[in-house]
Amino acid sequence: MAKLTRERALWMYETMIRIRRFEERAIEVFQAGELPGFIHPYIGEEAVAAGVCAHLSGKDQITSTHRGHGHMIAKGLGFNGMMAELYARSTGYCKGKGGSLHIADQDLGALGASGIVGGGIPIAAGAALGIKLKGGKEVAVSFFGDGATNIGAFHEGINLAAAWRLPAVFVCENNRYAQSTPQSVHQSIRDIADRAKAYGIPGVIVDGMDAAAVYEVAGEAIGRARGGGGPTLIEAKTFRFWGHYLGDPGTAYGHDREAPKWKKRDPIPALGGLLRKRKWLTAKADEEILARVKGELDAAVEFARKSPPPEPADLMADIYEKAL
Amino acid sequence: MREIMFREALVEALDEEMRRDENVFVLGEDIGQFGGSFKATLGLLEKHGPERIRNTPIAEEAIVGAALGAALVGMRPVAELHFIDFATVAMNQIVNQVAKVRYMFGGKARTSLVIRMHGGGGSSAAAQHSQSLEAWFVHVPGLKVVMPSTPKDAKGLLKSAIRDNDPVIFVEHRALYTVKGPVPEGEYTIPLGAAEVKREGSDATIVATSSMVGKSLQAAEELAKEGISCEVVDPRTLFPLDKETILASVRKTGRLLIAHEAVRRCGWGAEMAAIAGEEAFDYLDAPLVRVCAKETPVPYSPRLERLHIPQKEDVAAGVRRLVGVAR
Repeated sequence: MAKLTRERALWMYETMIRIRRFEERAIEVFQAGELPGFIHPYIGEEAVAAGVCAHLSGKDQITSTHRGHGHMIAKGLGFNGMMAELYARSTGYCKGKGGSLHIADQDLGALGASGIVGGGIPIAAGAALGIKLKGGKEVAVSFFGDGATNIGAFHEGINLAAAWRLPAVFVCENNRYAQSTPQSVHQSIRDIADRAKAYGIPGVIVDGMDAAAVYEVAGEAIGRARGGGGPTLIEAKTFRFWGHYLGDPGTAYGHDREAPKWKKRDPIPALGGLLRKRKWLTAKADEEILARVKGELDAAVEFARKSPPPEPADLMADIYEKAL
Repeated sequence: MREIMFREALVEALDEEMRRDENVFVLGEDIGQFGGSFKATLGLLEKHGPERIRNTPIAEEAIVGAALGAALVGMRPVAELHFIDFATVAMNQIVNQVAKVRYMFGGKARTSLVIRMHGGGGSSAAAQHSQSLEAWFVHVPGLKVVMPSTPKDAKGLLKSAIRDNDPVIFVEHRALYTVKGPVPEGEYTIPLGAAEVKREGSDATIVATSSMVGKSLQAAEELAKEGISCEVVDPRTLFPLDKETILASVRKTGRLLIAHEAVRRCGWGAEMAAIAGEEAFDYLDAPLVRVCAKETPVPYSPRLERLHIPQKEDVAAGVRRLVGVAR
């Protein structure tokens, strides 16, 4: 079992704050009318991305979703490139062609965020296959929501990874709603981890509001995958504090009634409390983290605002390796 | 030159590319011990083993998704989907993922994968195992689409497709698998985006794809006896398209017939016709003619299927109409 060290715990804490603050800033500038498109906030689910990615190196691979900012930050993508992408600038990770839904950096093992629900699951299986064929020790992790567990790609992708014993980990962020449809309406099971049995792989439930708990189960699953033991399905029970996207108040489907209860279990102060209890975090260090993240974010927004939009000629670039 | 079958040419291409580059591997349904539904992977399992010749579940979205994921981390997968009809099950991966990741993610993603499938009718396989859906893929920016008509082209084009760094949809016509033709012994490739004039002529240009190339050559032979000289051009890749070779022929003959086995409406021929209208309008001496399948699902009855699929007689009749010879 992976013992939670001070270093990893502090990394998770700072990563969760980075995700939270990045999104709060993105929401602020979105509401000020500075961003095109739309945003699906991850706020509330930070413990999952942090607890899983705490075990990953740059060469490990992830696939992500429409609610992907948290995964990308936890995987090591920087604020400048992410903010610039939200601003649709040429300096963004996708040169302004992907936006909030599609942030990626293959150099950092972030294979990409798919806006098609479940679309990343078979791709992660494939990345794990590539790793296996190359004889590597890396793993591929796929993040997806409870809504994705009803689509064919979930079944096909996990079945393939299980049949071939690939170094993959499937992380379901069960935030209780497939867009607006409650889990009790969209499937007849309570625990998505039960579905693992159908593929002959371990299925684990974890409290997605508890970073230390996520860290522990993710460590076990990732260790097993690296060691040739095949995939695991992790179900993290979690909650998004915002609606499905910015502008959805969550009032149409009961989200607003559930939110206060979950907000009391905010994963960031919860981990902060644990850190202080273990004397791993002083008030001063906490302030330093907040100040550092704020400084970086101020700089990132400034960077994005000053960056140029793509040139008209960029419209036709990168469709193929060479222009045709 | 030696003569081998279309499917044997494909096996040779896969075998040679797997020897040449350890990142090349093949995945698909029944491609292992079974050797592929139409034996287009026969013997590869024995040579390359189960790690590189991977038999998959019947799960087309997983096959294409896994191929893409493997490509993203540096492999060169060749995915086989059986029938082109089954590609519809994998369209999310093909259209939303494979075709998009390079552009959508800013140009860094590695997308060196080939997706093979066989299409076309003529064997009473009915409506779900006989379609010609190649135009669906041509419509999607980010994909290349290859459709060979001879064993030599099949081998040379598949080798190029495997080495290409863009995703390639490789459509094989089932009726061609056992057709024999001359194939050079040594190493060669045929570039994507290069059409070939299969027969020279001066009165009319027939642009034909896949199985219609052979039928058009037969029609041209018949027509020659009537004093009509046809030039038959095979684009070989539907995208990127070698417009130069095709339009040079159209400018020379002044008459264009387009022949393909897909249904007419919004078929690839509609695109070809539009290109001719835009770029060779002044050279056309007669309205162009399209010879395509009837706009029906593919029927099971051999009698009906023969009516559905364009035949060499339809090509010949179309050319006569084109050159103003009524019969």
